[in-house]
Amino acid sequence: MIPAAFDYRRAGSADDAFAQLQKLGGDARVLAGGQSLIPAMRFRLARPSVLVDINGVAELDYITMNGALTLGAIARDSAVERASWIGERGWSLIHDVSRVVADPVVRQMGTVVGSLCHNDPSGDWPAVALAARAEMVVRGKDGQRTVPIDQFLVDSFTTAVQEGEMALAVRFPAPDDRTAGSYQKVERKVGDYATAAAAVQVSLNADGTVRGAGIALSSAGPCAVRVTDAEALLKGQTPTADLIRAAGEAAAKQSDPQADLRGSVEYKKNLAGVLVSRGLRQALARLGVQS
Amino acid sequence: MKVSIKVNGVQYEKDVEPRTLLAYFLREDCGLTGTHVGCDTSSCGCCVVVMDGDRAVKACTMFAAQADGHEILTVEGLAQGGALHPLQQAFWDQHGLQCGYCTPGMLMTSYALLKHKPNPSDGEIREELAGNLCRCTGYNNIVKAVRQAAETLQAAPATK
Repeated sequence: MIPAAFDYRRAGSADDAFAQLQKLGGDARVLAGGQSLIPAMRFRLARPSVLVDINGVAELDYITMNGALTLGAIARDSAVERASWIGERGWSLIHDVSRVVADPVVRQMGTVVGSLCHNDPSGDWPAVALAARAEMVVRGKDGQRTVPIDQFLVDSFTTAVQEGEMALAVRFPAPDDRTAGSYQKVERKVGDYATAAAAVQVSLNADGTVRGAGIALSSAGPCAVRVTDAEALLKGQTPTADLIRAAGEAAAKQSDPQADLRGSVEYKKNLAGVLVSRGLRQALARLGVQS
Repeated sequence: MKVSIKVNGVQYEKDVEPRTLLAYFLREDCGLTGTHVGCDTSSCGCCVVVMDGDRAVKACTMFAAQADGHEILTVEGLAQGGALHPLQQAFWDQHGLQCGYCTPGMLMTSYALLKHKPNPSDGEIREELAGNLCRCTGYNNIVKAVRQAAETLQAAPATK
């Protein structure tokens, strides 16, 4: 289908985009990569009356690494996938997800910040951002503010970005040298929504105990969800096979999926648990720990 | 709104609605029907074109307005002076197509792939083409064709 008619405004700068959003209010949507928004408009699930296109705003097209990894609003998935640091162990969660978002052509246009703002319950980046404890940079009437990802992801397709506001960037804290992650996704085919997916990031103390773990699920309910019980189970413990199994069971319990052609509720809950355990084993293996 | 888009080296100045998708701009406003529309929902990869030299994009999931001021390469722009592009020749030689509907998208995705990875492994070719669906070939001959083209292009890097 062809989208409903809309007015198109090309932003010349981040200031210009923000000014237009302030003026237009709730009728306007930011057009970043468009890989979710345009299909939604084609199905008439979204009917914004104005699109503010930020694709030409060079100052939002950046990936910087100083203390934290910061991705500007127009940083493409493909740029993350090809980044020089992507093979470093500390960024293994980002490495894994960068290869499985949608399909390789969609990743040429799609943006990380756009995915987070879309907040699809089956999206990859919301779960990854939870596990990595990312934060969002949002510009509002009173200036810029930083929003922890847990508060940013409000509900299905809903975020802390209010009318007239704009997400400028996402920031991932730099992992230390005893941190690794893993993203585990089961999909029927490339580009399909995940049947289940789990994002895991683990930091170890020098004695091999877990200093902190980030564990989150996608396709497991109305919004990406942090598995707080699994994180608490692991903290301070030496990882063992039993502990990893228990973390998986906590994830299965917290998973709240809907049955569809991809599987029953029972199957998807079980799979969420399996993927968390598998992700933990891979993250630990990357840290040289067999479990 | 007015857009000015260079397609296969030719500048097209057209008046379009903002909601005009790039695939329809190419097919209906430029008359370049080599870019196919398959699923029309960003799932099949038939409509892939190359933007600004090395970026494969799905023309059904992008507005023509977004291509304003940019360069687009479609399947019609591959052959030069009546000679098939090495990718096209390879698809012919390796029988990389049957009905041909997915072929323009396969060619353009492969074109961008070889710009980024001139010597991809079979696994990398399969990964990069994962968003392009083919119902005829079973993909094996497409992978062989991209391999052949990679070898040809590396032997004669002057070819684009």
